[in-house]
Amino acid sequence: MAQAAGSGRRAFLIRLVQGASLAASAGLVWTYVLRNQARASPFALRPPGALPEAEFHALCIKCGQCVNACPYETLRLATAWEPMPIGSPYFRPREYPCLMCPDIPCKEACPTGALSAELGDIEDARMGLAVIDTENCLSWQGLRCEVCFLSCPVKGKAISLERRQGVGGGLARIVPWVHSDHCTGCGVCENRCPTDEAAIRVVDPSLVQGRMGAHYRLRDHDPAGLMVFDTPLEAPPADRGAQKKIPGLDALNLGDWP
Amino acid sequence: MTDMPQESGAGGRSRPVRMYRLPDGLGGKLWVWRYLILRRLTQFLVILLFFATAHWAWSLFGAPLISGNLSASSLVGLIPLADPFAVLQILFTRHVLATEVLVGAAIVLIFYALVGGRVFCSWVCPVNPITDLAGWLRNKLGLGNALHLNRNLRYYVLVLSLVLALVTGLAAFEWVSPIAMLHRELIFGIGMGLIGVGGIFLFDLMVVRHGWCGHLCPLGAFYSIVGRVAQIRIRFDERTCTKCGECIRVCPEPQVLNLNQAARKGLVTSGECTNCGRCVPVCPEDSLSFDLRPLIARHNQISNDYSPRRTS
Repeated sequence: MAQAAGSGRRAFLIRLVQGASLAASAGLVWTYVLRNQARASPFALRPPGALPEAEFHALCIKCGQCVNACPYETLRLATAWEPMPIGSPYFRPREYPCLMCPDIPCKEACPTGALSAELGDIEDARMGLAVIDTENCLSWQGLRCEVCFLSCPVKGKAISLERRQGVGGGLARIVPWVHSDHCTGCGVCENRCPTDEAAIRVVDPSLVQGRMGAHYRLRDHDPAGLMVFDTPLEAPPADRGAQKKIPGLDALNLGDWP
Repeated sequence: MTDMPQESGAGGRSRPVRMYRLPDGLGGKLWVWRYLILRRLTQFLVILLFFATAHWAWSLFGAPLISGNLSASSLVGLIPLADPFAVLQILFTRHVLATEVLVGAAIVLIFYALVGGRVFCSWVCPVNPITDLAGWLRNKLGLGNALHLNRNLRYYVLVLSLVLALVTGLAAFEWVSPIAMLHRELIFGIGMGLIGVGGIFLFDLMVVRHGWCGHLCPLGAFYSIVGRVAQIRIRFDERTCTKCGECIRVCPEPQVLNLNQAARKGLVTSGECTNCGRCVPVCPEDSLSFDLRPLIARHNQISNDYSPRRTS
């Protein structure tokens, strides 16, 4: 009898381990599919007010109410096997940009809060960031274009025109310049860009935007690329006497460098 | 399922077993198929309402009629509705949901708890016509099962989806659900999601009878649990039943027609019953009928008074 009970327990334990292994392997495959889907996210431009991607992924219930609320043909839901996380709302600016409705109906329609209710002003939206391919931008190549500048809904703030000195004595150029602190990522510029493939494109800022680090302290930033430093570099204080006294010791070692 | 013999238990019955025969006339056939026709109409209507709101701007009282899809929607811009299982998964990702969707999930949960959890499966779910087609075709072709699956597997899939939601921070089933894929793409534009449904069709046709809906689907498992308190149920009148087994033959979840248990309780109690109504018209003795749970005991009593047990 004891023998039978022992074998019953053994059989039960084996079945338990087998079941757990089945669940674990199924779980691994399932997780792989999920991660693979989520990984495509940097290529999806989200509706205005979308939370950071990880939170957005968790909260978006894929109901499409934002798509229905959009008065234009901007938003759509990703179908299966598209290079986007499945079922989530996104837009392709080259096909149809976000026209930045002041009442933000897509955000209002969201039932889960994946599109944050805290977004009040559409100009505070950060759907993406426009970046310019200077090698193919007509203005950067010396032609007069300015279409992106003129079509930008955050007029004069998100895209400005800057004067660039011509290289090697060439003519000066008027070039578009994107300002990340005002660009909403609506994509009107990308939609209107007259080149065959858009030379200005909206992408997820995490793909293109660097971060300087807090220890670089700048006061002003000239958009044309010229840095103006907080304290102008001064010449080392000339303690000629000390230098003379100790030959071979330069000014840095004297301890009076600011 | 164990009790299919023609004479049952205690003293045996004098009542002869009549087998079910489909009527010859069209009217009779339509009457037999009444629940099937109603189910197909409901399934179509649900998709039509969502589609028409999205594409033809159908509205009521100046608000979109029903915007969204089965995952979450808004009825006339006022009443939120949401898939309670999807919401449960999101809660397991430990993120804070807006009140609107929580209210919507509660409304849907209460509705299905009243009418029968798996009423969703047989009356609303867009996958149901496809698996029904596979089941019908498999019967025509006389195909057997290629694989044995336990019907409780779906509860393990349900638990696994919640565990994965906790681990990955994503609503695990919603991201792979062929139901959501099919429904979404029917309303918001066709894509490759239909391939997933094709997979289910092949699986149901070739591999396991009622494989997806009856063995694997975690949404069905969720609604099976909800359905335990359902108020619309199949009443079982033991006095008239000859145990011919016709009901069990047409039932997609035959384990719920445990007639011994049904005889004790007077109704089909299992939450896995989808209230599809297949068994009702095929019963030659009309022993099965839709009824409201609180009235069932009384109705069975009346039935007993009129046709008392004819055993010695």
